[in-house]
Amino acid sequence: MTASTEHVGQKARAVSIWAIRRVVQELVAHALLIPISIVLLFPLVWLISTSLKCHTEIFKFPPQLIPNPVCWSNYPEALTVYPFDLYFRNSMIYCVGIVIGQVLVSTFVGYGFARLRFPGRDVLFWLVLLRMMLPATVTMVPSYVMFAKMKWINTFLPLIVPGWLPGLNSASFYIFLCRQFFMGIPLELDDAAKIDGAGFVRMWWQMMLPLSKPVVATVTVFSFIIHWNDFQGPLLYLQRQNLRPMALALQAFGDAFGPESTSSEWQWLMAASTAFVVPMLVMFFAGQRYFLRGISTSGLAGR
Amino acid sequence: MSVVTDKLSRRWSLRAKEAAAGYFFILPFLIGFLWFTAIPMGVALYISFTEYNIVQPPEWVGVHHFVRLFEDTRLRKALANTSFYAGLSVPLYLATSFLAALAMNSKIKGIRIYRTIFYLPSVIPAVANVMLWLWIFNPQWGIANFLLGLVGIEGQKWFLDPNLSKPCLIAMGLWGIGPTMVIYLAGLQGVPPELYEAAEIDGAGPWGRFLHVTIPMMSSVTFFNLIMGIINAFQVFALAFVLIETGAGGTATAGAAGVQDSLLFYVYYLYQRGFQYQQMGYASAMGWLLLLIILVLTVIQFKLAGSWVYYEAARGA
Repeated sequence: MTASTEHVGQKARAVSIWAIRRVVQELVAHALLIPISIVLLFPLVWLISTSLKCHTEIFKFPPQLIPNPVCWSNYPEALTVYPFDLYFRNSMIYCVGIVIGQVLVSTFVGYGFARLRFPGRDVLFWLVLLRMMLPATVTMVPSYVMFAKMKWINTFLPLIVPGWLPGLNSASFYIFLCRQFFMGIPLELDDAAKIDGAGFVRMWWQMMLPLSKPVVATVTVFSFIIHWNDFQGPLLYLQRQNLRPMALALQAFGDAFGPESTSSEWQWLMAASTAFVVPMLVMFFAGQRYFLRGISTSGLAGR
Repeated sequence: MSVVTDKLSRRWSLRAKEAAAGYFFILPFLIGFLWFTAIPMGVALYISFTEYNIVQPPEWVGVHHFVRLFEDTRLRKALANTSFYAGLSVPLYLATSFLAALAMNSKIKGIRIYRTIFYLPSVIPAVANVMLWLWIFNPQWGIANFLLGLVGIEGQKWFLDPNLSKPCLIAMGLWGIGPTMVIYLAGLQGVPPELYEAAEIDGAGPWGRFLHVTIPMMSSVTFFNLIMGIINAFQVFALAFVLIETGAGGTATAGAAGVQDSLLFYVYYLYQRGFQYQQMGYASAMGWLLLLIILVLTVIQFKLAGSWVYYEAARGA
């Protein structure tokens, strides 16, 4: 009787020590993570803060974090000094055009590598991985020459077509992700579909794609972010001003109103930059919950 | 007899059908590989032996460009800058993203919010990011100098200081480690819990478990991140371009990349030679030189990998 109560008391004490330790650990973790988070968020906050300051407030010392007064007019002003609606549309054409292609084609190719047996498959898959490591810089000049000869300069074709025929380094990574994901889907499903008489293309379209939301979302978000960001491609192939995507336009805007210009309008520059960032934030928050799952199935952890 | 052959041939035809379908599925990759990689690489090699400006037909000059590569002082500068950038940034980003992933893998309250915060700065596009940091590092009005002033340190010229421009660039990259962190995090979550339990039974404390389970299990992820990190660092372009062209480089002399060429990175220089000076032959030779450099670095890493990268498959065998 006494022995048993003693035992229970011991156990309770152990639990409470364990609980206290756990609470202390949590507090230490938050004490570390909160300041780091503030530092990490600061640039973004500073960007938005500056974008809402009036011209005279920009150069005030000491700098203020909260704009007072708030100059909402920076946004309509900055976005009409240059025709950013046009540039936004150009970015969208480029991104939507290539993202659809990359998602379709990397799941398609990934399906072939993951689910079908054919001679030379493993060697060819090594080629996919090797492709990921080849520096795109080598093909910069000849690709430009080729597209120039094809009269594709100043069209979106040199930017979009390589997405539909996976000719980009990133495409290899997506094929890899898709293959790994598909390999994790039970093979019995294929057999059931085969008995059903479904063709392989239908199997990819009607069975694999609906089951693959995490990897499809991961590829979509990655691809969208990379191409919304892309500077080098449009710089080479879209030389006409009215074809510029946001990235190029923002750089030109920086030339006109940035540090070296006679009319520094930082609040405009920051407003335009914010407008450029917002679609990325939307994309990120929309795809966030799939991210980790899409990647963790890839087996990069050596499993 | 005929039933057996019938069955065999049916099975064979199923196999053949599957193989044909397999090639059909990977066909886009093969076409893309030939069209956008293999053939352009061959063409680049050819152009690198010629004088070529797109307008006139290429003129064969033999190894002329490759000889000039070794005499080009700006190329040497570009290689030095790029190596400096890669050598410092890659280990720094790997270490910080690994540490961040470890923190993000803990089970404390609000971890999902932290994960979002740690990833968020990475989605800022490069061009917007440069604008933002140009503003933060503005020598006159930037908040960086204001903060230094608070602790009594004299204001710096940051991107306009040839000694600070690259470290500044590397520092701002710390806000962009999100994708690498996520790859590490996915790796950490993939470590089988049995391994930790087994280590605990063997008497390993938290530090011992970290050293003998986490580190070896993460070595293949580190290897992947290291290889891709170096390849990407050697090809840094957009950041340099926007920094230089937006004028933060304080381009006193036309064509210089930042003060005293301190931001002259390899691919920017290649772009200059090829697309601003129309020297496609020389630019192609530079492209191939970069390929060889990256190839050598990658092969060295694969050779070294045997001694520190741990693969589970190898253990199973």
